[in-house]
Amino acid sequence: MIRRIFPHPLLSVVLALVWLALVNKVTPGNVLLGAILGLVVPILTAPYWPRRAKVAHPLKIAEYGLVVLWDIIVANIEVALIILFKRNRDLRSHWITVPLDLTSPEAITVLAGTITMTPGTVSAMLSADGGSLLVHCLHTDDPDGVRDQIKSRYEGRLREIFQ
Amino acid sequence: MEMNIIVEAIIAFFLVIAGLFGIVGSFGMIKLTETMQRLHAPTKATTLGVGGVLIASMLYFLLVKGDFSFHELMITLFLFLTAPISAHFIAKTYMQANTRPSDLPDTEREYGWSIYDDPPVRTDRDE
Repeated sequence: MIRRIFPHPLLSVVLALVWLALVNKVTPGNVLLGAILGLVVPILTAPYWPRRAKVAHPLKIAEYGLVVLWDIIVANIEVALIILFKRNRDLRSHWITVPLDLTSPEAITVLAGTITMTPGTVSAMLSADGGSLLVHCLHTDDPDGVRDQIKSRYEGRLREIFQ
Repeated sequence: MEMNIIVEAIIAFFLVIAGLFGIVGSFGMIKLTETMQRLHAPTKATTLGVGGVLIASMLYFLLVKGDFSFHELMITLFLFLTAPISAHFIAKTYMQANTRPSDLPDTEREYGWSIYDDPPVRTDRDE
């Protein structure tokens, strides 16, 4: 019964907080409206999201966020340098297959999003069974190294968070 | 209201950084030739471009106007949610029309890439 009313408790909390941040004022009315949104939206969307993701270790999530934030800054500078100072014919773009150990759809989504936001890589496609990820790399001399870095730097951390 | 010169310098620094990355990202769209390569420019070089403007705006309202605004954080959140997803859609649409399975590396699985191959039939519905 409680699962019917709160299919995704975390989503409810996030929705209420996002609503408060959007209106940018904490008043009783806004809190009430945020609470109603946090209650109604998860119930309406539950059919499209039947299974509840298990998320653990808030500290690990914070660590992951900081690692990704740092990598985004580095990625921006790297890509900017490649765009500005590399001639097009010197660019060596590669397709890379990343075999996944993650199985939860939420974890794979986060991993794919992270890959797109960080060093010279865009996640392009999943295999039909969701077991490996196709990544396009803008410029690298060592495709295997990029794959290993993705697996150790992001996937390992995500596996600890989503389990 | 008098604006502290240091505060002004910091805000200006973030604005200039943001402008630089924004223009490099847009330049990349023109300079690179392959669609998949061009996808890299807007998904990354502009993240810091937009991010810099948002940091500058936050600092301005916090240090000069004296009130804190959550809107910049929300823009960051929505940007991080939408940028990878739209890049993924563009990549898939492009590949649907322009690449063959032989152009791509092997999946190292029993099934091929999802635009060419059907997913396995589910038999283990747990509900």
